Amino acid sequence: MSRAAQRKPRLRDEIITLAHGAGGKATRTLIEALFFEELANPLLGELGDAAVLDAAGSRLAFTTDSFVVRPLFFPGGDIGSLAVNGTVNDLAVSGARPLCLAAGFIVEEGFPTDDLRRVAASMAAAARRAGVEVVTGDTKVVERGKGDGVYVTTTGIGLVGPGVDLGPARVEPGDRVLLSGTIGDHGMAVMVARGELQLEVELASDTAPLHELALALAELGPALRWLRDPTRGGLATALNELAEAAGAAVLLAERALPVRAEVAAACEILGIDPLYVANEGKLVAVVAPEAADAALAALRALPLGREAAVVGEIAAEPERLVVLETEVGGSRLVDMLVGDPLPRIC
Amino acid sequence: MRFVDEFRDGTLARALAREIAGALPPGRHVVLMEVCGGHTHTIAKHGLEDLLPPGIELVHGPGCPVCVIPMGRVDDAIWLAEQPGVLFATFGDMLRVPGGRGSLLEAKARGADVRMVYSPLDALALARRNPDREVVFFGVGFETTAPATALTLLRARAEGTPNFSVFCNHVAIAPPLRAILDSPGVRLDGLIGPGHVSTVIGLEPYRFIAEEYGRPVVVAGFEPLDVLQAAAMLVRQLADGRCQVENQYLRVVRPEGNRRALAAIDETMELRETFEWRGLGQLPASAFRLRPAFAAWDAEARFELPADRVEDPRACQCGEVLTGAIKPFQCRVFGSACTPEHPIGTCMVSAEGACAAYYAYGRRAAGPPAKVPAR
Repeated sequence: MSRAAQRKPRLRDEIITLAHGAGGKATRTLIEALFFEELANPLLGELGDAAVLDAAGSRLAFTTDSFVVRPLFFPGGDIGSLAVNGTVNDLAVSGARPLCLAAGFIVEEGFPTDDLRRVAASMAAAARRAGVEVVTGDTKVVERGKGDGVYVTTTGIGLVGPGVDLGPARVEPGDRVLLSGTIGDHGMAVMVARGELQLEVELASDTAPLHELALALAELGPALRWLRDPTRGGLATALNELAEAAGAAVLLAERALPVRAEVAAACEILGIDPLYVANEGKLVAVVAPEAADAALAALRALPLGREAAVVGEIAAEPERLVVLETEVGGSRLVDMLVGDPLPRIC
Repeated sequence: MRFVDEFRDGTLARALAREIAGALPPGRHVVLMEVCGGHTHTIAKHGLEDLLPPGIELVHGPGCPVCVIPMGRVDDAIWLAEQPGVLFATFGDMLRVPGGRGSLLEAKARGADVRMVYSPLDALALARRNPDREVVFFGVGFETTAPATALTLLRARAEGTPNFSVFCNHVAIAPPLRAILDSPGVRLDGLIGPGHVSTVIGLEPYRFIAEEYGRPVVVAGFEPLDVLQAAAMLVRQLADGRCQVENQYLRVVRPEGNRRALAAIDETMELRETFEWRGLGQLPASAFRLRPAFAAWDAEARFELPADRVEDPRACQCGEVLTGAIKPFQCRVFGSACTPEHPIGTCMVSAEGACAAYYAYGRRAAGPPAKVPAR
C-alpha cells in the first residue's frame, strides 16, 4: 500500500477540473473530502451505487445520476436511454427490482424541440424495456451558452428482495469475479461518435438495463456477494473500490477479459486501456467459488450475458490492490483511473 | 488483434527470457537503458521485469518528450493560452504537466481556451474554423512528431493561414544520450534504442554510441516481444564482445530513416544553439526552432513571451530518474508528495514517464511488488 493512499483523503485542488468528474481518483477524493465531510451520515458513508433504506418492513434502494454526454445521440443509444438505464442499473446492482423513476431536464435556450422529443421518446422506450415508468419530473431552461443542449438527471427507487445481502464486507478470498460481457464499448463508441478522432470503425454503446442479469444472480442467494456496473472509470476503478472496501486483493487474468476486437483496436491506436473505459450495460459480480459455474450459466442464459466470463478471483494478499496477470506472463498493478484525457462520456 | 497479439505471446516471451538467461555470462550483472518512454510503458504495463533473469537490470532513459520540457516553457505555454483571443491547441499529455504556475488544465479551468488535439493538422483546422481567433499549437516531441508539425507549417504557408502559429519545443534524441553517457558514474552496458523516432532519423545517429562510447544499441519496437528480443540481442552482443547498432524493429525502421520527413523538418526548422532540458540542464544543439522564413507562423516571433527560467522544485529528482541514476521509487517524493493526481515532476505526468509507469503499474519498491499467487 502506498503511503499516499493510506492518508485520510484531502482535497488539494483550489478549483474543480474535469478530472473531478471523470469517475476516478479525483472524483473519489472530491466526494470523500468535500461532500461526505459536509453531508456526513451513515447511509451516504457506505458510498454505494444506491442507498438502501428501511421503510415499514421493506427495503428500498434509492439513487440518482446526472447525464451530460456529448454528443447527445450516438450509435447504440442517446442521453435519454443512457439516463434511464444508468439509474435502473444503480438500483439493479444494489439487488433491487426497479420501481419507478423521476427525471429532471436542464435545457439550453435554442435547443430543438424535435431533439427534446427524441430524447423523451427514447427514455420511454428504455423505461418500457426496464419495466419502469417515469412518474415525476422537472424542467428548467437556461440561457443560450449556459448549457450543452440538454442535461438529464434521473432518480430511481427500487425494492430490494428479501434475503439479498450484498456488499464488500461479504467478499472473501477464493471468491470468483465474473463479468457479464465485453468492456469498453460505451466509452469508445461515444469517443468515436464525437468525430474528432477520424477513426473509421463502427462501435456501438452497450447501454442496457441490467436488472434481469442482477435478479438472475440474486437467485444464487448468499453465494452472490457483490455487484457493480463499471461505468465511468471502467472496470479498473470499480474493482479498486472493491479491493479497498473489502480489504482484499482482486486478481485479474488479462487473457480472460472480453474485449471486442474493434474496441481493442481503437484503444490500442489511442493509447487507452480498455480497463478504464466506461461501460453502460455491463455488470461485474463476485460470487462464492462453488457458485461460479451456476452464476456463469445464469448470465449466459440471458441475451445481455451471452459473453459473460470468469475474469479473476479474490485473494487475501496483496490487500486493497488489483493485480493483473498479463497476457505475456508478467504481473502488474491496476490502479484507479487518474485524471481524464477523455471526453465526457456519460 | 492482428499485428499486436502475435507480439504478446506468452510462450515466445518465455523462450526469449530463457535465451537471455542462457547468453548472460554467469555472475554478470548487465544494465540496459531503454531510451524511450514508450518502452518504459511497455515494460511496466506487461510486467516484463518478472520475465527477465535477475542479472538484467533495466534503467529508464530520457525519451519521454513530455518529461524533458522545462517548467519555464510550460509557463510560457500557459501565458500564451491566457492571451486574449488565443485558442491554444495541445496534445493531451501536456495538459497536466506542472509549470511554475500550475498546468494548462488549470488554466483551462480558469477560463483559458485550451483544446486537446491528436494532430497539429487538427490545430490548423481549428484556425480555419475560427478566423477571428489566434490558434497556437504547442509543438512538443522528438523527431518523431516534428515532421507532423513541419508538414502542418508547410500547409499553413501554402494556404496562407494568418491566424495560426506553432510554439516550437521539438527536441532531438541524440544530444541527451550523449549527455547521459558523459555524466559521471554512468553505468550502462547497452541501450535499447527508441523505435518510432528511428523511423524518421534511421540508425546512423546512434553510431557514436557504439563507436565513441563502446556501448551496443538495439533499436526496438514497442510490443513485449520486441523489447525482450532487443534485450536478447544486446546480451548476445555483450557475450560475443561485439558493439554495434542493430535494428530489431525491422518491420518499421529503415536504416536510412524517412528522408521526406527529415526534409520537411529541415525546410521549416533549425537547431537552437542551446535548449534547457528538464533534469539535464542546457544541452547545445539539442532542440529545434522555426526558421526565419516561417516567422509568420512562429509563436515565439509573434508574441513577446515572458521566457522566464523556472528552477525545478527542490524536492524533485526527475533529473536523476531521467538519466537512470535512480529508480523512480528511490525519489524522495515518489508516491507521497508526487503522484499522478498531483505531479511535482514531469516524469509523473505522462503515461510514458518512468515515474507514472512505475506508480500506475505497481513498481513501488525494489523487486516485483505484487506477484499473482499461483492458482
